Amino acid sequence: MKALLLRDLRLAFRSGGGFGLGLAFFFLLSVLVPLGVGPEGGTLARIAPGILWVGALLACLLSLDRIFALDFEDGSLDLLATAPIPLEAVVAIKALAHWIVTGLPLTLIAPGLAIFLNLPPAGYPWLVLSLLLGTPALSIIGAFGATLTVGLRRGGLLLSLLVLPLYVPTLIFGGEVVRRGAEGMVLATPLALLAAISLGAAALLPFAAASAIRVNLR
Amino acid sequence: MLSTSDLAVARGGVTVLQGLTFALAPGQALILRGPNGSGKTTLLRSLAGLQPPAGGAFHLPPDSVAYAAHADGLKSTLTVAENLSFWSQIYGGPSIDHALTALNLTQLARRRAGELSAGQKRRLGLARLLVTGRSVWLLDEPTVSLDVASVALFADVVRAHLTKGGLAVIATHVDLGLPEATILDLDPYRARVIQSTGFDEAFA
Repeated sequence: MKALLLRDLRLAFRSGGGFGLGLAFFFLLSVLVPLGVGPEGGTLARIAPGILWVGALLACLLSLDRIFALDFEDGSLDLLATAPIPLEAVVAIKALAHWIVTGLPLTLIAPGLAIFLNLPPAGYPWLVLSLLLGTPALSIIGAFGATLTVGLRRGGLLLSLLVLPLYVPTLIFGGEVVRRGAEGMVLATPLALLAAISLGAAALLPFAAASAIRVNLR
Repeated sequence: MLSTSDLAVARGGVTVLQGLTFALAPGQALILRGPNGSGKTTLLRSLAGLQPPAGGAFHLPPDSVAYAAHADGLKSTLTVAENLSFWSQIYGGPSIDHALTALNLTQLARRRAGELSAGQKRRLGLARLLVTGRSVWLLDEPTVSLDVASVALFADVVRAHLTKGGLAVIATHVDLGLPEATILDLDPYRARVIQSTGFDEAFA
């Protein structure tokens, strides 16, 4: 299983692996929104939590279809399905690799980009914490969506439409944690719900995703 | 070790083969013959456990199958050695040196898989079988894009596998040079497709 994680990470960082696409998107969004909204600082500070979370979510979405489509096209998925590791573990590890390549770097650069958006200083630790707790849910839900569309050519559009409604709770609670944090309010409830979504998705979705792969390989 | 009884397999919901009953003991090879679309791949995928049989049953020891499909499952940005050691680690980590030597890939070990010729890629795909340590090989057209020398090399690999008590089911049109293998012609087992006879039955 470590071998699969290392292989996926190695593939992501080699040429054409797609590492950095989500980061570049997140960076562009955070630079362009202040230019579009204008210099009125109060507006920018108020929308900053939402913009940062929407940016992180869309950046995650960009690379989702690669999780399984590439392995399906070159036949690796057939071979992994007959290999001695359970498909549930394959899904979980591929989601973890996706998180390490997109979710984790997004979390790490978010404070830097929050400066552009004039996020109040009190919000910074909560921004990092909410992304750290919320982005694993984005990766695992996305991996599940990717298994549903794995046999389709150019399934990216359908994948986005399938996954987006499932991302909504994470977005709402994630943005809420940062907003409350920035304004110094109590935020235990949205934070707990955000963590609950990630844990619940990580516990249940690998099984659903493995069944979807089995059906799609028939 | 591998036995089927009245096995039927379907592709896309349509039964393509039915009534298959055969048994293979350790050390035996079975060569599947049949025209394109006769269900060779579908039969191999069913035996590999990738799709459920449409009818009947087959028996295999658990975790004994190594499947080699049309696609080799290679990552073009990884080197030959990296591709092979990935599969070796998945299957519990036997050394890849033997597999590289057996399929004459030692010279190419540091090349990226994307830079290999079609025949070299195929040899790398087949070398994967040797690092799985599995006893039942299911091979789908293993000799596609191999030259004569490589086919002979591969036949030696299969023969060595058989003498060690393994078994192989091979779908191929090429004479592999395995005289001891049993040949199974799939034509008699093809499922009858119900032909529509036009609109007459609607007016009968």
